[in-house]
Amino acid sequence: MNTPLRRLATVVVVMFVVLLGGVTWVQFGQASALNNDPRNVRTLYREFGKPRGPIVVAGQAIASSTASADAFGYQRSYANGPLYSSVTGFYSVVNGTLGLEAAENDVLTGTVDSLFLQRLQDLITGKQPQGSAVELTINPAAQQAAWDALGDQRGAVVAIDPSTGAILALVSKPGYDPTTLASHDTAAAGAAYQALLAADGNPLLTKATKETYAPGSTFKLITAAAALESGSYTPDTSIPSPTVLPLPQTSATITNFGGESCGNGTDTTLADALRISCNTAFAQLGLTLGADALAAQAAKFGFDDGGLTIPMTVAKSIFPKGLNAPKTAQSAIGQFSVVATPLQMAMVSAAIANGGKLMTPYLVQTVRTANLDVVSQARPSVLSTAVSPTTAAALRDMMVGVVDNGTGTAAKISGVQVAGKTGTAQTTDQTPPHAWFTAFAPAAAPKVAVAVIVEHGGNLGNEATGGRVAAPIAKAVIEAVLGG
Amino acid sequence: MATVQPHRVRVGRSVELGLLALALAIGVAAYALVGIGATGAVPTNVLGYGVGMTVIAFAMHIVLRLRAPFADPVILPVVVALNGIGLAMIYRIDLARSARGITSTFATKQLGWTAISVVLAAVVLITLRDHRTLRRYTYTAMVAGLVLMVLPLVKGLGADINGAQIWIHVGGFSLQPAELAKILLAIFFAGYLVTNRDTLALAGPRVLGLQLPRIRDLGPIVVAWAVSVAVLVLESDLGTSLLFFGLFVAMLYLATERTSWVVIGLGLFAVGAAVAATTIGHVGARFTVWLHALDPAVFDRAPGGSGQLVRGLYGLASGGLFGTGWGQGRPDLVPFAESDFIVASLGEELGLTGLIAILLCYLVLAERGLRTAIGVRDGFGKLLAGGLAFAVALQCFVVVGGITRIIPLTGLTTPFLAYGGSSLLANWIIVALLLRISDDARRPAGVAMAGPPPRPPATTAPIPIRTSVATVGGAAEGDDQPTERISSGDVDV
Repeated sequence: MNTPLRRLATVVVVMFVVLLGGVTWVQFGQASALNNDPRNVRTLYREFGKPRGPIVVAGQAIASSTASADAFGYQRSYANGPLYSSVTGFYSVVNGTLGLEAAENDVLTGTVDSLFLQRLQDLITGKQPQGSAVELTINPAAQQAAWDALGDQRGAVVAIDPSTGAILALVSKPGYDPTTLASHDTAAAGAAYQALLAADGNPLLTKATKETYAPGSTFKLITAAAALESGSYTPDTSIPSPTVLPLPQTSATITNFGGESCGNGTDTTLADALRISCNTAFAQLGLTLGADALAAQAAKFGFDDGGLTIPMTVAKSIFPKGLNAPKTAQSAIGQFSVVATPLQMAMVSAAIANGGKLMTPYLVQTVRTANLDVVSQARPSVLSTAVSPTTAAALRDMMVGVVDNGTGTAAKISGVQVAGKTGTAQTTDQTPPHAWFTAFAPAAAPKVAVAVIVEHGGNLGNEATGGRVAAPIAKAVIEAVLGG
Repeated sequence: MATVQPHRVRVGRSVELGLLALALAIGVAAYALVGIGATGAVPTNVLGYGVGMTVIAFAMHIVLRLRAPFADPVILPVVVALNGIGLAMIYRIDLARSARGITSTFATKQLGWTAISVVLAAVVLITLRDHRTLRRYTYTAMVAGLVLMVLPLVKGLGADINGAQIWIHVGGFSLQPAELAKILLAIFFAGYLVTNRDTLALAGPRVLGLQLPRIRDLGPIVVAWAVSVAVLVLESDLGTSLLFFGLFVAMLYLATERTSWVVIGLGLFAVGAAVAATTIGHVGARFTVWLHALDPAVFDRAPGGSGQLVRGLYGLASGGLFGTGWGQGRPDLVPFAESDFIVASLGEELGLTGLIAILLCYLVLAERGLRTAIGVRDGFGKLLAGGLAFAVALQCFVVVGGITRIIPLTGLTTPFLAYGGSSLLANWIIVALLLRISDDARRPAGVAMAGPPPRPPATTAPIPIRTSVATVGGAAEGDDQPTERISSGDVDV
């Protein structure tokens, strides 16, 4: 009976080898996938059980973790929560994570690959691993100015440093208080989340980067850029500007704001058309240039790129493909189904301000370990060359005209030359238009590029234009940046 | 030409003493570390606990010295270590539950059950002087075993706990009679098979190189199969069914050396399992959970979803290579972390390394049991020791395999580790039986077994033994056993 006993002993060894393989597969092979499973509350508990790194703006923590006496160990709280809600998002036991808290989670928890050496050091010294601090590019004065200037109107403001792409302000309204969502009182946190989901104006949506709107007349900057880049136009080129532009292949027409005529009613210079935001002139210009030229120019400014992250994912701005003539005419003035995020329109101004070079926008300046060693530092990079320096200079001068004596005079700042473009985007027949303004300043040596949208005309409703509603907000933000 | 040399036997009692000290150190240190890890302080009762465990372990050691001086020196320390690790983890779950405001005294109860189990194991060692005595009770064991297996189905006695009808309530206790039935059925199988092995092995046609049994000899395996299927269907207990049938097939193979029995057995089980999986809802659900554990629809299903299994996997994964350390994980996030899922709890806090060490302890235990079976000279002893050792290994495989998704999850307990009186009791009795048989296996010829208590051997002085002659073909192998033995009883061939 010894032979079968020996064989059985071998079978037992094989069984245990299978078990060893099984536990190795679960605890080593699959461990990372299981640990990252969104249903795994353990990960959350473990993260909460460690001090999470702060999010810092100009040396002040806007999101930080403090020891709490409950099962989780640490409580996340947000100083000035609503003001920065578009930036931080929230980190909650019940409601998950959003915004930068989600996008930079592995840095804040200290589990990112670049912190490997730090973790190794902690393992050896027996120190409890700590998350890293994330320092932002936000200029608190600009952020506050944008927040205050928007008031209780719904909309968004984005400000960028044109030379680097650093985001100086990122505001969406209505905001919310992330601290209530991060509460460890699960019932209260859940209720707060449900209330926000049901609230008017979708506060949880970061409109500055996640919502797309018809850009309206601000898109004329791109149409003008396409014209100048084609080589057939200069700012002084005379282009047709009828009072009413009949659209080919349909009975529809395009008219100007309030049915006015541009200049003499037959033609005008490109610069003047932009200054007074002449719809018929730009619609005709779009028809002449063609949909493909407009699409190519829009793409150079960042349209149709779904992969942009700042590090939060940015919604894709779209210039539709395969347009027929009437749709091309409408798209050339930022209507039909052209849509853009507020960030995208800030990028348009920033590219023009930066001599045609579009810098990749970013929000995280520095990542530091708990003992303040720099882990990583933002390195500005060129996203694309939108236009040539010559075109950029021409557009700049044309945009200065808009603010000096065009539709954007409300953005004038004494002693500073501001270059801007207004937009009043039709939505539906029943709702007031969106008011847009995008600008940069000082025109000669730009320090800030900004885009403002006020949804449905804000407080002015149907009376609103980009110049009346949005331009003053842009002005406030520019002043805050330049003043500081 | 055979060289004549005095054959020395290493009895190993002092080795056992040293290993026991190590095993106790592991258990008590684990207990202390749980307190430090979970609450920041050494548990106040660590001294009492340490003394208690030491008394339990050394009492057993002394019983061995007196009543089974040649018993395997590794089995007891391995079991004491596993028992201690289990107790520490159960205490850790107590602390986690207390932290949530739930009064939890699993560890105290388990320590009590450990004491009772060791006392019973000692009683078995003291009263059972020769394991062959058990052969007389072959059919008594069968009847008692079958009765125990169906007890949970008796109205008013059985209890459906967590979906499986495998418990009975006696007095204030819940018992799993299948744990004890396992031992009784192993005794029955050993007794039955040692008598009928020749018929089962040799009669019958050969087909495709397989020595097939005669149809009329198929009776016992069909009965065993029917009982295990009945357990599966009526008690919803996939684990016991698998363990019981696996034990029978293994012992049948040991007795007959016929691979055909294994093929027939596995075939029958596969058919039974396949039919059960397709026709019985909860068995099918177990299979679905196994195959599609991470599927959101299966995960969220209640009852019968994969939530518990996957939470166990999360626990194991969070342990990673080195674990969180005693008292520093969150094993309490897994349901039944102190019993069915204690392996996941240990994997979380001790990591892959710790879990591998624990699995190797089981492997050592099972292999020492099989070594005993090889060493012992009578067929009944071989079958019993081989069967019991394999049962421990198989139970371990079914539990750990279920938790790690190698096989479908079943409701078996992890021997010695998991919280539960019946399981602990039954497994300590198995240990007592293995120790008793190993005492016989390692006893040098010429040292009396029955009759008056054997001379207590001095562990320092080697036992003088008759000279060992050249190996007789077919006799038991091994260095530390006598190479031949004259016996009127069962001689291994």
